[in-house]
Amino acid sequence: MDVSVSWLRALAPTLEGSATELADALSARAVPVDSVTVVGEGLDEVVVARVTEVRKHPSADRLSLCRVDSGAGELLDVVCGAPEVVEGALYPFIPAGGTLPGGFRIETRKIRGQISNGMLCSEKELGLGRDAAGIMRLADGYVPGRPLLEALGLPDVRLELDLTPNRIDLACHVGVTRELAPGGVRDLRLPDFGTSWQPEWVSGAERATAAGVSVVIEDPERCPRYLAAIVRGVSVGASPEWMQIRLQSAGSRPINNIVDATNYVLLELNQPLHAFDLARLRGPEIRVRGAAQGEHLTTLDGGAHRLGSEATVIADAERPVALAGVMGGAESEVSPDTIDLLIECAAFDQRHTRHTARAVGLATDASYRFERGIDESALERALERCVELILATAGGQADESAIRVGRTPPERARVRLRPSRVRQVLGLRLSPEQITGLLEPLGFDVAAESAAAPGDGLEVIVPGWRGDVRHEVDLIEEVARRYGYESFPHEPRAFRPSAVPDSPTWRRADRARSELALLGLLEARSAGFASSDRISRDAVRLLKPLSEAEAFLRTDLIPILLGRVEHNWTRGRRDVRLFEIGSVFRQRPDHESANDDGPVAEEVRVALAFTGRRQPTHWSDTSAELDIWDLKGMLERLTAALGLGRVRSGVPPDETVPVPFGTERWLGSDALCIFDGESLVGVGGEVASAEIDSPPWAAPMFAAEFRLEAVSLAEHGRYRNLPSFPAAARDLAFVLRADVPAGAVADAIRDAAPETLERLDLFDVYEGEGVEDGCRSLAWRLVFRAADRTLTDEEVEGGLESIIANLRERFDVRIRSA
Amino acid sequence: MSSDEGGSLQETLEAIRREGLEAIEEAADAETLDRARNRFLGRKGRLARALARLREVPPEERPDTGKTANLVKQALESTLELKVHELQELLAEDQETVARDLTLPGRTGWRGSVHPVSMVIDEICEIFRELGFTRAAGPEIETDWHNFTALNIPLDHPAADMHDTFYVADGVLLRTHTSPVQTRTMLEHEPPVRILAPGMAFRRDPYDASHAPAFEQIEGLAVDEGIDFVEFRAAIDYFVRRFFGPATRSRFRPSYFPFTEPSAEVDISCIICDRSGCVTCKRTGWVEIMGSGMVNPAVFEAVGYDPEKYTGYAFGMGSARIAMLRYRIPDIRLLYEADVGFLEQFA
Repeated sequence: MDVSVSWLRALAPTLEGSATELADALSARAVPVDSVTVVGEGLDEVVVARVTEVRKHPSADRLSLCRVDSGAGELLDVVCGAPEVVEGALYPFIPAGGTLPGGFRIETRKIRGQISNGMLCSEKELGLGRDAAGIMRLADGYVPGRPLLEALGLPDVRLELDLTPNRIDLACHVGVTRELAPGGVRDLRLPDFGTSWQPEWVSGAERATAAGVSVVIEDPERCPRYLAAIVRGVSVGASPEWMQIRLQSAGSRPINNIVDATNYVLLELNQPLHAFDLARLRGPEIRVRGAAQGEHLTTLDGGAHRLGSEATVIADAERPVALAGVMGGAESEVSPDTIDLLIECAAFDQRHTRHTARAVGLATDASYRFERGIDESALERALERCVELILATAGGQADESAIRVGRTPPERARVRLRPSRVRQVLGLRLSPEQITGLLEPLGFDVAAESAAAPGDGLEVIVPGWRGDVRHEVDLIEEVARRYGYESFPHEPRAFRPSAVPDSPTWRRADRARSELALLGLLEARSAGFASSDRISRDAVRLLKPLSEAEAFLRTDLIPILLGRVEHNWTRGRRDVRLFEIGSVFRQRPDHESANDDGPVAEEVRVALAFTGRRQPTHWSDTSAELDIWDLKGMLERLTAALGLGRVRSGVPPDETVPVPFGTERWLGSDALCIFDGESLVGVGGEVASAEIDSPPWAAPMFAAEFRLEAVSLAEHGRYRNLPSFPAAARDLAFVLRADVPAGAVADAIRDAAPETLERLDLFDVYEGEGVEDGCRSLAWRLVFRAADRTLTDEEVEGGLESIIANLRERFDVRIRSA
Repeated sequence: MSSDEGGSLQETLEAIRREGLEAIEEAADAETLDRARNRFLGRKGRLARALARLREVPPEERPDTGKTANLVKQALESTLELKVHELQELLAEDQETVARDLTLPGRTGWRGSVHPVSMVIDEICEIFRELGFTRAAGPEIETDWHNFTALNIPLDHPAADMHDTFYVADGVLLRTHTSPVQTRTMLEHEPPVRILAPGMAFRRDPYDASHAPAFEQIEGLAVDEGIDFVEFRAAIDYFVRRFFGPATRSRFRPSYFPFTEPSAEVDISCIICDRSGCVTCKRTGWVEIMGSGMVNPAVFEAVGYDPEKYTGYAFGMGSARIAMLRYRIPDIRLLYEADVGFLEQFA
């Protein structure tokens, strides 16, 4: 919403302060002001000029050659690119040597072989409006050579308001003035147009006829009130310059004196109006009704629409002539030949207007206001003002009677406001008088506390233009913002701590995040969407995705991280180590059952993926590539640190353990599994090369994923006494078949070991010379320690012997050293 | 090694002296010296073995031979001691004169990092913890009741439209803000409620420098008896100064959100240009950081709280946007690309 500051000042002589101060006041008390623009800045060199002759450019179809009288004495040749230049009309002109706003200098130059001595300007080039298509035609009556600023009463300042949906009352100059003037409504003075029209209202609940025209509301739900005035014998032409400028400063393009009058009243009072060419209305009759299925209407922007019953139309005796509350029809539009008018001033229903506007894909100044609600009780005044303005600018004769169909406007809302509640919500001790003093300038009428029910608070009568105020808290907001948010005292208050425990989800995420960062991984965050090739079968599809690349919700994190690694590869990065904590989504298989949690199952997962070197380059060694043992080591560290359970090798058979991870496709078959008891909480492994798009120089990639839910929240462990007796270490190396898993050997050692076995470390795995084919040598270091004594050699040897005996019994081992 | 078995003991002792001194003198490092000591002076060394033969010596020669043995031992031991000192001095000299090239790069491992948005979320939660707030979580898939209706947003509101919201089924959607966590928390707990709810929110905005269809938000809610607008302003102001620095000012402007009233937009004095005007603050000197307000009684009614008894405030911030502001990240897409070059800057 654009507001002209000079218009505001014209409405309230009490309005003081610079445009910037007014903008700041609006931001602080009502709605944000997005920009403050001087209209007419840098136009000092622009003059009014008359085009005395127009010819086609001999070598360019789109250009014309103009003779221009800029008041300098001789006529100038000017080449113009605008589609339509009217001989004898006045336009803004910059002579050669002048500059446009923004600093572009106009020189005498040849354009396609023809000399041009200046430039005829469009609104946009002058910063006066948004129209860049044609040059800006000025009203007649100026002497060529007159400075444009002087002619237009500029400069003005335009404020661009960012209206919140509740403050539609600020979409007009009267509304903004009410908010800004020191006395509010009391300071408002509507300028007099020098004409007066006080009609005799011919009213009816559903229909009324006057001045030879009938108006019928077929569906009062769509249109509670419809007023119409008849003006005959107007001369359609350009509006007076002051009006054009005012409209342009407020961001509206002047069209002709009739349309401009309706727009002027719209921008002044917030009431959308529409002028029909009465001669084009069959009947003449107006019917407000739902569109018949398949009815056609061409709107005045040229759009042809096929309508459905959700749209509301204004029809004449035969066919639709306007989209109610949205836009007029092209056929009944006011044209230069129009003589008689029907001026519509109606209240259209908010919801139906929205449906109408959406059905045809239009959003207009009128629909914007009707969708948010207009002041139904102010229709008479708006219509009167519009007719007076037309009489002043287009002449003609208004019929003495006017038509008014529909209901009586609803009573003004009455809302109770308790000063005690103001104190409870705002923390301000305001007296009833102070509250009244804050509300009355905005047009609220405040009655004192009723004697019948003391303590009930003030009765506040809400003005018709404040449809957003219906509850006590709405008035409290009015009090707060009129008091000034910045005027509240600065007093920290005592508080009670939250009764809500800190969320386990975030506590788990904290733990996982810091452990993963300690492992040298970088945290990634991604959007939660996935393409069809990165999901499992039970993925959830968005009903209206932005693109096919993000049409699904991710079912697992690993495929998403792989995509992120690929992204890094495309940037030539070979060492990539990422992790992510985020939600994944699946269709719930038992959806529609009695205990329905909705169609989507959601859980938070933690995933990691890495590829490249184990360490950054260092001169002392060549760094090795990260491999599966790094992954396993990381998972072991994570399971220990996060209390996840145990890492085991191999994918479990589906029938015994439900596999919640759809990652089989992405990981090789020799995967690692994390088990918490009997439930699988995580998987990991080398990424199957078929599933990734890797450059030839890339290193192998490894990935893992586990449920955040599996992270333990155990607060703290317990101290164990430091040993006070020495340990005894023994090495044990033996050869056995290579297909015996090391994990089984370790289990066998532990099973047979005395409880004094403190540590068991595998320190060498050897195959080759000295070891039979198909076999390997495993070398272990065993550390024994007792808490209460020094172990004797005999005890240690005895333990070792029972371990060896168990190994001999379980596997075919040959002891190399003990 | 020479055999000490043949020849007289005297001769043997003489050989041990000669060879021992030679070995000690020749030792160039501590390890060789230690081996020499073991070989000649150790428990099973040559001198010990030679002394074992003392019994074979005729008794009259024993005193002389014993004396010789002692002299040999003393000679070896004193030479050894001198040599130890000499080697230590040499080593010290080495350390002084033969300096390493410490301009060579050191040995490091990879550094991990926490995402800048995570850091910002953690810090915000940390600050509000000082004001008694705990953290809450809620699902990203929501019902339209939790996401709109309970928050006083009618379903025919433009925000609930298919054009702005990702629906996955009828009435089921990706939450458009973190505000439904408010509803869920209040349905589950009685006041006092003071929570922060960080999380992802989703809107059908195509990607550009400042928009992404998924982005982080953080929601705050405080509900108790006696919470008023004064406390609300003080709490937000406390946060602003703690997070953005003590010189940062906050400014409250009227705004509109269906679930708060009075509603306020909170601006901070621009931390980039210190209010002198820049691109970030669009030359206004102020940057919007949150939407907020006193909880609308309609929301309390929806969750079964007594609106006459309880009051409260709520606020929502874009954690992603705040991270961009803090670290001067010009494009929101950088946050979600997982580019290693980007993430490593936060290690």
